[in-house]
Amino acid sequence: MFNAQIEIQLIAIMVSLACALPGVFLVLRRMAMMSDAISHSILLGIVLAFFLTRDISSPFLVLAATLTGVLTVSLVELINKTRLVKEDAAIGLVFPALFSIGVILISRYAGNIHLDTDAVLLGELAFAPFDRFVIFGQDIGPKAFYVMLGIFIINLVFILVFFKELKLATFDAALAAAFGFSPGLIHYGLMSLVSITAVGAFDAVGSILVVALMIGPPMTAYLLTDRLSWMLVLSGFLGMLSAILGYWLAHFLDVSIAGSMATMVGIIFLVVFLVAPQNGLIAIARRKSRQKIDFAIEMLLVHLLNHEGLPEAERECRVNHLPEHFHWEQSLIDKVVTQAEGKNYIDREKDFLILTESGQKLAERSIIR
Amino acid sequence: MPSAIFEFFSDHTFRTVALGSGILGIVSGALGTFAVLRKQSLLGDAISHAALPGIALAFLLTQSKATLILVLGAALAGWIGTYFITLILQKTHLKDDSALGLILSVFFGFGLVLLTYIQKQPYANQAGLDKFLFGQAAALLERDVISMSVLSLFVLLVLLLFWKEFKLLSFNPDFGFSIGFPVKILDFMLTGLLVLAIVIGLQTVGVVLMSAMIVAPAAAARQWTDRLGRMVLLSAIFGALSGVIGAIFSSTTAKLPTGPTIVLCLTVFVIISILFASQRGLLWRWIKEQRNRRRLQVEAVLNDLLILAEQHGDIQHGHPIEVLRTMSIGHGGVDRSLQELRARNWVNQLPSGNWILTKEGYNWAKKLSGKEGNS
Repeated sequence: MFNAQIEIQLIAIMVSLACALPGVFLVLRRMAMMSDAISHSILLGIVLAFFLTRDISSPFLVLAATLTGVLTVSLVELINKTRLVKEDAAIGLVFPALFSIGVILISRYAGNIHLDTDAVLLGELAFAPFDRFVIFGQDIGPKAFYVMLGIFIINLVFILVFFKELKLATFDAALAAAFGFSPGLIHYGLMSLVSITAVGAFDAVGSILVVALMIGPPMTAYLLTDRLSWMLVLSGFLGMLSAILGYWLAHFLDVSIAGSMATMVGIIFLVVFLVAPQNGLIAIARRKSRQKIDFAIEMLLVHLLNHEGLPEAERECRVNHLPEHFHWEQSLIDKVVTQAEGKNYIDREKDFLILTESGQKLAERSIIR
Repeated sequence: MPSAIFEFFSDHTFRTVALGSGILGIVSGALGTFAVLRKQSLLGDAISHAALPGIALAFLLTQSKATLILVLGAALAGWIGTYFITLILQKTHLKDDSALGLILSVFFGFGLVLLTYIQKQPYANQAGLDKFLFGQAAALLERDVISMSVLSLFVLLVLLLFWKEFKLLSFNPDFGFSIGFPVKILDFMLTGLLVLAIVIGLQTVGVVLMSAMIVAPAAAARQWTDRLGRMVLLSAIFGALSGVIGAIFSSTTAKLPTGPTIVLCLTVFVIISILFASQRGLLWRWIKEQRNRRRLQVEAVLNDLLILAEQHGDIQHGHPIEVLRTMSIGHGGVDRSLQELRARNWVNQLPSGNWILTKEGYNWAKKLSGKEGNS
């Protein structure tokens, strides 16, 4: 492995870690699309600050972009307050407008400098290691890594310090407000974090894939756990996994790194969506068929209990009578009878069914319930 | 200047571009109305992004850049994206915003992978696929516009044919279900039309900004009317106007990308509508509020005079303005109110400067206070 390869992966890991942390709260607070809006409209801030400073690496760019992100949020809220358009429409109005202004400014005035719209939209991780961080004449690694490390630490500290407040405001905003935590302050704090993270990450992965890294891993984690702290840890881990797998996928296919990272986010989500132990599709389907059979067994036992020892038992308690009585398909009947026998609820003499003691108990309990 | 505009419309290339953008505006405006009313504004965003891998795959499979083929690929991918969103919402506790964001970004990322893959392939004609990112109206050809028109006509025709059903679906799907409408099929159809409307516009406006074409015209139209038919019509007009105006600007000015220009035109329409629309607009609302406030202030003074008159048992007994001001603390405007009331001949000023109710004013005050329920 070349040094550049390791560096790219380190940057990718840092980006995914920094994105996953605020992403958890976006997903939980139902504001996922806000990250889409912010990551687009920060372009305007970057362009404006670039025109003022004429320096693509000026820290003012980050500041201006962050402010534009917060501006986006407040514009959306302003429009919401008029109650003239619905909330989702407000988001859909604000960010295309701001983004359009940014794109037009770039294509008209920025000429052929580093700032071009493709770079902003798509990002190019492969070039990130060329930009070095030099301190006291010593090259200590790619700049993007240190930028994302810094943003990750900011996010981590914010979340650790305000964990309690964030948790309460996320799950019970009204109670949080009653306790005196300003919901507005937490909201804007979080939105600032999202903006800063998007600004830092768009350079490496582009503004649309920032959304994948912010939303995807937390969503996947949410399928696996209901605990906030676990969700944060898992999101970070899943984000890292997508970053590394995505890098190697891109390496072997010789395609966009950012794009294949996002694809990996999707694939990992899909896998978990299918096989998650509690909330996965397979688990849900199995639980459903399990419940169906369990219920059918109980019905069978109750049926046997009703007729046992009575004159009609000779007719009612036979396997070949069951289709007529329950209108079940033959496959279900076979399954039910075999499983009930296996669990020792019934005994079988040829096709005559007799309740065992434990079967009788279960049937009696079912009736009472 | 007029001659320049005339020259413009006689220019063949320009006519193609303006026509294409106009058509796209009409279709996205009309279908966007339903998306906005059904709270699916951001679904348009997700669909347009999700269409990107469809475009790339269609090209990879056919190696053709014919509009119809790419549009069908895009539509298929957009529809699959929508299906995944519905699946996530049905089967998990994840919310719609998350599902939209995930599908949008993952599909777009996958599209990017395919696009970069295509770039590395030795095909002769792969250049130009990336115009789907930001759109390029100037590159529209006559046959593109013909394909767009055919698709658009189809979309609008279906919309008209099922107008009543779609209307019901948008406003009260539960009722529709209860009287036996196939709500699921209708929902599928309307979403399908939205997908088509979006992919028709991709070539002109681009993946990133197509969502604005869906949301903005409808949001602007919503301010002017409460009737679905008028809203669809207005929305289509806003869409078409923005499309044509944007196309004119971007093809007459160097280095002005079409998509963003059209979106900014739309944004202007939205801002004007939100501020100045009759009945709903902010300006209208402000004027109404001011009027109501004045009316309440005037009525308050009239009522105060009535209370004073009844306390004194003598309508002829005058009251100094200071008393009225004290009684009106919190709303004010006493001086103006008195002038207004005098103009209506409901109050009169005595030579001493004190104020009394006239006979007419007394009757009115009685009537108003009676209506308001306080003795």
